[in-house]
Amino acid sequence: MSSSPAQDRPRPQSLTDLFVSFTLLALQGFGGVLAVVQREFVEKKRWLTTEEFVEDWAVAQVMPGPNVINLSLIIGGRYFGLKGAMAAMAGMLVAPLLVVLTLALIYAQFANRPEVAGALRGMGAVAAGLIGATALKLIKALKTNVLGWRWCTAFGLASLVTIAAFRVPLVYVIFGLGGLACTLAFRKLQP
Amino acid sequence: MSAPLQLVFGTAEWLEFFLHYLTLSLLAVGGGIATIPDMHRFLVENHQWLTEAQFNASIAIAQAAPGPNVLFIALLGWNVGLNAGSYLNGFLGVFLAMAGILIPSTLLTYNAAQWGQRNRERRSVRAFKQGMAPIVVGLIMSTSLILATTSGRSLEHWPLWLMSGITALICWRTKLHILWLLGAGALMGWLGLA
Repeated sequence: MSSSPAQDRPRPQSLTDLFVSFTLLALQGFGGVLAVVQREFVEKKRWLTTEEFVEDWAVAQVMPGPNVINLSLIIGGRYFGLKGAMAAMAGMLVAPLLVVLTLALIYAQFANRPEVAGALRGMGAVAAGLIGATALKLIKALKTNVLGWRWCTAFGLASLVTIAAFRVPLVYVIFGLGGLACTLAFRKLQP
Repeated sequence: MSAPLQLVFGTAEWLEFFLHYLTLSLLAVGGGIATIPDMHRFLVENHQWLTEAQFNASIAIAQAAPGPNVLFIALLGWNVGLNAGSYLNGFLGVFLAMAGILIPSTLLTYNAAQWGQRNRERRSVRAFKQGMAPIVVGLIMSTSLILATTSGRSLEHWPLWLMSGITALICWRTKLHILWLLGAGALMGWLGLA
């Protein structure tokens, strides 16, 4: 469970590679980029294992700022330091920003068409499903977790219910449930 | 989006705009979406720099477009700028909003991540990663559920929920490219099936 990039593993070759990879990734990320990161970087490019992806996502989620931007800073920074982090973040933002501004200009012309609103709704539903699939795929990263499957199930369900059903603010869940889980993990890890 | 608001924006207004995003940046634990209620209060209710319709459309477009959802913040800045009278102001709004929301959190996250990477063998760092893992999986699943029910939580929305559920199964179990799924979703929505 070492999270250092091993020497014999695939990795980004250059800053340009990082920038282009993140640009292509972001441009596929309709309704959010998270699902695509998992698919491209874990399944296809194999820059990250599923376990590393979950660990990085934990950091991205706990730190302030947009999650996928944080993730790009973490991944880019791991390989090329600050320059890598900036290249990855720029890849994530520049092209999609141009697309979104173009869409806003087009939307201004067609805002009143019900078909357009329907298509937006349909894509939103699919985007939600894609993120659900990401969660299902990440479950296998918990097999090697030091907490054991019972505790993993309990904490996973608890965070799902508190956020989705009771709409508890994320900060409380992360520091409350997260603090509890980390304390338990600390005690179970060998000193 | 028509621009029903005619704003006079000088340095003082842009500075206040920028400073607000700067302070919001470090509070945005949980991502850009978590800041939506505060942005609404600031831009629509307090200052009336944006109309309700402009605010909602900015979020919907950013959700539907490819790329990070945080780009809705760029669109809010863009629309404030357009309300202030020109495309040049629009670009200024985009720049100030994104710089404000990103600079503080980026500095903090980058340094924290580098520290974590250097100290990854520490028991506390390992405990953090192991302990957070199940929470993270639960959070991602809740994001999916919340996004699937943005149109409403009443039973009449079942076709949308079915689409989300089927998408999740297909994407989980097959290698079908997600653009096909998104295209199918857009088409069904266009035809009024969802």
